[in-house]
Amino acid sequence: MSKVQKKESTTIHHPTLAKTPTGINGLDEITGGGLPFGRPTLVCGDAGCGKTLMSLEFIVRGAIEFNEPGVFIAFEEKASELSANVASLGFDLDKLQAQKKIKIDHVHIDRAEIEETGEYDLDGLFIRLNYAIDSIGAKRVVLDTLENLFSGLNNQALLRAELRRLFHWLKDKGVTAIITGERGDGKLTRQGLEEYVSDCVILLDHRVINQISTRRLRIVKYRGTVHGTNEYPFLIDEDGISVLPVTSLKLEKPVSSDRVSSGIPALDKMLDEKGFFKGSSVLVSGTAGTGKTSIAAYFASETCRSGGRCIYFAFEESPRQIVRNMHSIGVDLQQYVDKDLLKFYASRPTLHGLEMHLVSMYKLIKQFKPKVVILDPITNLITVGSVSEVKSMLIRLIDFLQEEQITVMFTALTLNTIVSEQTDEGVSSLVDAWLLVRDIEYNGERNRGMYIMKSRGMKHSNQVREFVITDKGLDLVDVYLGPEGVLTGSAREAQILQEQTGEVLRDYATGRKDRGIMRKRKVLEAKISSLQTEFESVEEELNKTYQEEELIKQVAEKTRDEMTHLRREGKK
Amino acid sequence: MTVDKKYELRLYIAGKTAKSVAALQNLKKYCEEHLKGQYKIEVIDLLVQPQLAEGDQIFAIPTLVRKVPEPIRKIIGDLSNEEKVLVGLNIRPA
Repeated sequence: MSKVQKKESTTIHHPTLAKTPTGINGLDEITGGGLPFGRPTLVCGDAGCGKTLMSLEFIVRGAIEFNEPGVFIAFEEKASELSANVASLGFDLDKLQAQKKIKIDHVHIDRAEIEETGEYDLDGLFIRLNYAIDSIGAKRVVLDTLENLFSGLNNQALLRAELRRLFHWLKDKGVTAIITGERGDGKLTRQGLEEYVSDCVILLDHRVINQISTRRLRIVKYRGTVHGTNEYPFLIDEDGISVLPVTSLKLEKPVSSDRVSSGIPALDKMLDEKGFFKGSSVLVSGTAGTGKTSIAAYFASETCRSGGRCIYFAFEESPRQIVRNMHSIGVDLQQYVDKDLLKFYASRPTLHGLEMHLVSMYKLIKQFKPKVVILDPITNLITVGSVSEVKSMLIRLIDFLQEEQITVMFTALTLNTIVSEQTDEGVSSLVDAWLLVRDIEYNGERNRGMYIMKSRGMKHSNQVREFVITDKGLDLVDVYLGPEGVLTGSAREAQILQEQTGEVLRDYATGRKDRGIMRKRKVLEAKISSLQTEFESVEEELNKTYQEEELIKQVAEKTRDEMTHLRREGKK
Repeated sequence: MTVDKKYELRLYIAGKTAKSVAALQNLKKYCEEHLKGQYKIEVIDLLVQPQLAEGDQIFAIPTLVRKVPEPIRKIIGDLSNEEKVLVGLNIRPA
């Protein structure tokens, strides 16, 4: 009968209490595996905080997911009412009852038809409970709400004694039980039930701050085990209860050196030519109308184009509006929505409290398993919480996303044009990369300048780029740095034009000079050739003289030789 | 005081405990005194028939249920206070 313990992957294994998993989203993580096995747990809280639902979910999930039949003793509602109430959550109590997986017993106590005289005990209740447990072999029991006994019966002293006996009896029976109790003044429960249930006490709370309600859960005590001690927000929706265990802030997250493209090639180029780190957080901040949403849409579109999934949390515009607006700059988001790669989740920040937003995001992200998450803009969340609350929520969101290796892009609206070191939400220190888009007002026009304030762990450009939005899309252009400072927009265009004119003029001037030189060269070359000719004729003349002299010399020699010869002959 | 209708009473007990025995004795005594010949007492031991507890919404032991005449009335305890029992069973007006 012992329960398999759902332990988290911890390295050290200490013997811990046997636990019964509740199957409720997140609750098992906070409690480190579930409720204490075979012991009663007290769930207390004000009216309407979700006690009955939580305990009923415990029974239903036990029956469906863990094959543990459960008994639900309802002191407040009839079985039929309960069935109707939870039918919307997809719990078919009647079917489960027919299958003998659960048993609902309504204990009706009406003071008007009851008279007390003399001594009595609550054996009747024990017998009913026992019978119910035995008839389906129940492992789980819920008593909702025991305190109704106190309003139905007069003998308080006897009731207390009987309750004590009841809790002992439940323990002996070895069933995991939830007892619900209404919260009293300054006490956890009106009747002090916490005195009897000493193993585990869970407090539910439903607070309304600034007209926005948030449900919270806190484990007041859990004897013999470690457990989360914070107040955890929880959400009741069509899937039942989801508790948000705030992920650890231990900073032991895995890191990746993979890169994801921002979808804007020029921006990637500024980021070490590759883009953002996978699983990092990116903040895009800027004043109104600087194109933050466009950057986000580009990023979303690029993610989907490469086959990844993306969730776009829009707090300002409706999905259709975003799709339409992005169409005007050449981004077709609808195709990705149709392919189920892109999911929009638009909600007004005032829809529910911050924590609720976080819970619903958390749930959606867990379901959809995106590669990229976009929050546009986080500044709107400030309408439902203070700066520190928003910050703490974002810390947790970033933390969770990093754990899941999801890249997140926030957009934030800065209200003043002065670039302060601190964004409104103070998240700039949390994010890995911070892009700043700002207006540059100059020369009677407004242009957008973008620069990277920081980008952890990569070489990034320190240049201010002009950020242009055309009907073809976004691009980054180098701004012109001239003697008059940074030029953007038409001033930059003018400067470029001016430069081009200069170039043409220069080209023309150079051409003319070249031609002059060419002509001079030709003249010189002509001169050279005439001189050459002259030289040749002089040389020839000179040669002629030489040859004549040679000839004369030869002839003279010949004549002399003949003369000498003749003279010799003459002598003979 | 005249009562036309017959009384159908049901006493739920759990085993032969002192309280149960006392309750049954008290009940019999009152009935003999006030409702002679007009009543029927059915004793149900929930240890033997636990499934019957749900039908009459029993949670305390002993419980006396007045099935007839309508409306159903319940008296819990060992019925030691005669006055209360008679008022509770509507035998004597309050």
